[in-house]
Amino acid sequence: MDHRNNGDGRLLLWLFAVATSVKLLLIPSYRSTDFEVHRNWLAITHSLPLSQWYLDETSQWTLDYPPFFAYFERFLSFFAPLVDPKITDLHSGLGYAADSVVYFQRITAMASDLCLLLGVLRLTRKAEPLSRNLICVLVVLSPGLLIVDHVHFQYNGFLLGWLLLSVSFLQDGRDLVGGFLFAVVLCFKHLFAVAAPVYFVYLLRHYCWSGLATGLRRLLTLGAVVVAVFAAAFGPFIYNGQIQQVISRMFPFGRGLCHAYWAPNFWVFYIILDKGLAFSLRKLGVDVQVPSASFTGGLVGDSSPFAVLPQITPLTTFVMVLLALTPCLIKAWRKPQPGLVARWIAYAYTCGFLFGWHVHEKASLHFTIPLAIVAVQSLEDAKHYFLVSIVSCYSLFPLLYEPREYPIKVLLLLLHSMVMWLGFSAQYALKEKKEDGESKKSKFEIGCIEKSYLMGLVIVEIVSQFLHPYFLGDRFAFMPLMLISTYCAVGIMYSWVWQLKRILT
Amino acid sequence: MPPKRKPVNLSGDGTAPPIDTWWWLTHKGTTTSFLCISLFALLIRSAVSMFPYSGAGTPPKFGDFEAQRHWMEITTNLPPIDWYRNGTHNDLAYWGLDYPPLTAYQSYIHGILLRTFDPDSVSLLTSRGHESYHGKLLMRWTVFSSDALIFFPAALFFVLVYHRNRAKSEVAWHIAMILLNPCLILIDHGHFQYNCISLGLTVGAIAAVLCGSEVLTCVFFTLALSHKQMSAYFAPAFFSHLLGKCLRRKNPVLSVLKLGIAVIVTFVVVWWPYLHSVDDLLMVLSRLAPFERGIYEDYVANFWCTTSILIKWKKLFTTPSLKSMSLAATVLASLPSMVQQILSPSNEGFLYGLLNSSMAFYLFSFQVHEKSILMPFLAATLLALKIPDHFNHLTYYALFSMFPLLCRDKLLLPYLTLHFLFTLIYHSPGTHITLPKTKTSSFSFTSFPGYVFLLRTHFFISVLLHVVYLTIQPPSKYPFLFEALIMILCFSYFVMFAIYTNYTQWNFSSHFRSADKEKKQI
Repeated sequence: MDHRNNGDGRLLLWLFAVATSVKLLLIPSYRSTDFEVHRNWLAITHSLPLSQWYLDETSQWTLDYPPFFAYFERFLSFFAPLVDPKITDLHSGLGYAADSVVYFQRITAMASDLCLLLGVLRLTRKAEPLSRNLICVLVVLSPGLLIVDHVHFQYNGFLLGWLLLSVSFLQDGRDLVGGFLFAVVLCFKHLFAVAAPVYFVYLLRHYCWSGLATGLRRLLTLGAVVVAVFAAAFGPFIYNGQIQQVISRMFPFGRGLCHAYWAPNFWVFYIILDKGLAFSLRKLGVDVQVPSASFTGGLVGDSSPFAVLPQITPLTTFVMVLLALTPCLIKAWRKPQPGLVARWIAYAYTCGFLFGWHVHEKASLHFTIPLAIVAVQSLEDAKHYFLVSIVSCYSLFPLLYEPREYPIKVLLLLLHSMVMWLGFSAQYALKEKKEDGESKKSKFEIGCIEKSYLMGLVIVEIVSQFLHPYFLGDRFAFMPLMLISTYCAVGIMYSWVWQLKRILT
Repeated sequence: MPPKRKPVNLSGDGTAPPIDTWWWLTHKGTTTSFLCISLFALLIRSAVSMFPYSGAGTPPKFGDFEAQRHWMEITTNLPPIDWYRNGTHNDLAYWGLDYPPLTAYQSYIHGILLRTFDPDSVSLLTSRGHESYHGKLLMRWTVFSSDALIFFPAALFFVLVYHRNRAKSEVAWHIAMILLNPCLILIDHGHFQYNCISLGLTVGAIAAVLCGSEVLTCVFFTLALSHKQMSAYFAPAFFSHLLGKCLRRKNPVLSVLKLGIAVIVTFVVVWWPYLHSVDDLLMVLSRLAPFERGIYEDYVANFWCTTSILIKWKKLFTTPSLKSMSLAATVLASLPSMVQQILSPSNEGFLYGLLNSSMAFYLFSFQVHEKSILMPFLAATLLALKIPDHFNHLTYYALFSMFPLLCRDKLLLPYLTLHFLFTLIYHSPGTHITLPKTKTSSFSFTSFPGYVFLLRTHFFISVLLHVVYLTIQPPSKYPFLFEALIMILCFSYFVMFAIYTNYTQWNFSSHFRSADKEKKQI
């Protein structure tokens, strides 16, 4: 009886409904400027002709996502005026924050999460019930998604849903549909492009590499599909001769290597090394110039922010991401296995996160969500996921800096950790029961080092939230954030090394 | 097999048949699943606390939030003896303290906390109507912490004692029912009150009864009474159950004496500042019993208010005669369940007794408030596994009876969402609710065909009323027409429910008695 119940997606729908009620209760919570950004996009796409979308500068929050996302906003803007015409008013709607717009936008984010549900349902439909439910819990109730989408405000759940759908088709061996969906995702949000090399190598090898005639035919089909998707997205803008403008909006390289709050990635160490070197050289009497741009000030301009180490350009980061990806690409080329696609994609996003240009901390969702699918595959994966999902969720904490949301983010993380711990230990306790023989190794336990690292998170939180403001007040205001990103960067680097090792072995 | 819940789930593996859907949640033991569910429950509470509270931004009198804040202001700035006394610094007409001393002490502790972090929010006289971001937040956090520190441990205590030998997934379901009780969340974390403290102490007292430590029961329940006089709704059940138990001992007088001493000592400790003179004590007591406010207020779904549509009680009788009438009615209504407990005290019967006596108070006593439904509802929550269907309906109507109040507080969204969440968890998949194993009797009135029809009609009308209340302006001649209709509907359900539970409690003891007889015969 239980088996039947879990076999269909009823439990999943139930879980999604529970998640939705939590999201509904989060409606009055803090909203970042991204909320106004999306409202402005509603107004732009609703009140202006397509040819003006990427030119409009009425608000500072100009449209900088690819065209599909603009079409998506256009679609939503059909409904917005029914709720309140002011939402889509380009001028008088600026900074509009009445209940109507809050409810409308929050509810669109919840409704678009149906896409995520669909992705998970499809992706896990063949998994055994226990793993299936576990994946769903990890994805649908992911604290990171709740924090970023339903408090901070974005549409990541919707986009990740498309990505998961694409992965599910690849796992079924339906490469063409998978490739098509990935092209669609790219035209929604170009940051997903980090996984494009993996897709390219995998599809080329797994889909097109079968004899000259079939191979060529498939290659052409695939190419045609991708070109068609991109044509649908960018065609109108090419026709208007605005493609340059669209591209320059989408890739604002002027923004600098790091975001105002440093994402916990490789560049954190680079900056710190630079600061350390500059400091010690100065002590040694070497004249080191103070860089004109500073990372801790928040705003980062074009000039080099480094005192000693060489300047980093977008090209450097691009090459580094590609280099980091290479082992995975070779592996995918040698042995393209549908079962490993999710792992490779997650790895690609990890590389992009660690070495990319102007990375947002929110981008960690791009790998924690696909990793959830991998997590149920083996005990080691479960242990790794336990660590990395806690670290990446914790690194999102500075997004919600107001005290009112403090209990919410802490409880979300605690609940997630507890559920993971219970879920994984139940999963492996079950396995243990099944194969009584070599049961010793298959118990879900967190290693000593991991445990102390996670305990360290608690200390970091206490220091940055309580001790620092208490003892130092406003002095060194950048210290808490720096501490959090440095500490989390260690965890993410570890995860990257671990994933790399896992892919290579 | 039985009900279950929770935000996560893993489920039984097909190859291991005895494992149920919620096994993953419960396989580490009751305390662990309690922790997990309580994290979720706390999350819900902290989300609800972002919504408006009663009287937000409505000078000059504001609402319950301002009342609690004002008490913190009074208690932190004046000596205890002045807390209940009208004076230059304490205008009793402006939210004067009208709860017993434990509430005052709690206000004092919370007030100290507020003063440390936001001194303006409790400064004497100048802080009236204080609604700063940090002040509001600190106030919300005091409720949150009271809930986490008193109600949650008490619920854990209860669950551990009550579910010593029960299937685990049933326990998880029951924990979720207790902790995600929408009425309590909405009133404490939305509307703004500290019911979690007095209800938590009551739950502690109940758990102490179940594990047989009667002195602890007396201490806890006396504390609950000293926090909110409304805890007296449960007093008949505690009194009759403990009396019934003592009477069966070798030395009934001695056992009663022991418990009496426990009660008196606790009272003396808590009320010490007011026991130095009779005047002081009377002053406090007169604050606790605001008879001048009339037999009912607003539109509460009890007997007096509902029948006042036909019989104008307030015009026909004087307040003193209404006082004795309501006292007589309350005693009469709670008498059957008391007698049952004195005659054959049992744990199960005690829980029904709590439900019946608190329902009797809600329906018939003097000066009942909508929020008082929390008392009978709490008792029903503890019995949720025994009467799942009735519990489900009661939740619906208990919430519904507070609907106008919550709408006034602008808590419509949390009202609907928590209702939805409750329904989801009540019907969590992979589980179905087992009917009470003790089939009370073949002619239980719930099996009458008319009952089901009545229930459906009720439900249909109530859904309609929700919509009507939100969308249609009442006729100007009867501005409270819809409130009155809601009240009538809820009252009629509460009466049916009370009849059913009284009947069950009596039936329960006769069932046991006949079982005893059978045993003896064997």
